Amino acid sequence: MNTSKITDLKPGDTLPGRAYAPDNVQNFMYSAALWNAHRIHFDMPYATEVEGYPGIVMSGPMLGDWLTQCVIEWLDGAGQMTQLEYSNRKAAYIGETVTSGGRVLSVDHDTGSARLEIFIKNEAGDVIVPGTAVVAFNKA
Amino acid sequence: MSTAQQQLTLSEPDRKNAGSTDGLLSDDLLACIGRTSAPRTEIASRREIRKYSIATGWKKKEYLDGDEAPPLFHLALFWDMVELDKLTPDGVSIDELLPKFPLEKAMAGGLSIDYFRPIMAEDVLVATRTLTNIYEKSGSQGPIIFYEVIMRVETAAGELVLTEKTTRLLR
Repeated sequence: MNTSKITDLKPGDTLPGRAYAPDNVQNFMYSAALWNAHRIHFDMPYATEVEGYPGIVMSGPMLGDWLTQCVIEWLDGAGQMTQLEYSNRKAAYIGETVTSGGRVLSVDHDTGSARLEIFIKNEAGDVIVPGTAVVAFNKA
Repeated sequence: MSTAQQQLTLSEPDRKNAGSTDGLLSDDLLACIGRTSAPRTEIASRREIRKYSIATGWKKKEYLDGDEAPPLFHLALFWDMVELDKLTPDGVSIDELLPKFPLEKAMAGGLSIDYFRPIMAEDVLVATRTLTNIYEKSGSQGPIIFYEVIMRVETAAGELVLTEKTTRLLR
């Protein structure tokens, strides 16, 4: 467990991200885990011909989950996420690779907390899911 | 008053937004603000946590083993579960907390969550949802209706786990 993470933390520090390229299997498993039958997530003719999307739509909250992975993996047990905000601004489609990432916005050494900016970007580099998180570090 | 209870009170900017700019929101519709769902109880089973953690690609062992739930697991645990004839043709369940809106094309919205304690395997959790705001704004492609729902999740013993505000857009 990394309990000294906040000591050297400063605004602008970056959070390592991950690349995600979900296929239909993962997208199906995610919908199944939620019991979400929305056809835009598994029915290509419906998604494209009825709803007018260019492909199968990645689930919005799955993208949100990947924001939390960015935070929790970066924390590596050094604290807890106490607040999360995000919005799905633009859809992503199966076949695309999206990437997570973030940076430190502010650090409060008195309370042992930090505010983070986090994001999911599409292949074009557009931020499609912007968010913020607050983390509270474990007391040393 | 707890933090979560305070969040159920509309903020001043929200109150200013809670009105119709183009007349789409009737008084009857706005009167639905404050509606609360019946409490729903679910068990955060190890299996459900594992399914969620695997499907989302987590690497953290505690999540993959189902000992502890990832931060957004409650979305899966409390996703609406209805019988087949209650699904619309597009596979979506009708949210009975919501009134019928004059705009129906749902756009993804946003979430704002305050966490108070993690969800652990076999926790018995109770969720209550409240429709806290409905308002309308002008968008570049026409009016947009926004609504906000706050979900409060507690343990069966009444310990607050999280509060979540969902904002959805309708075009």
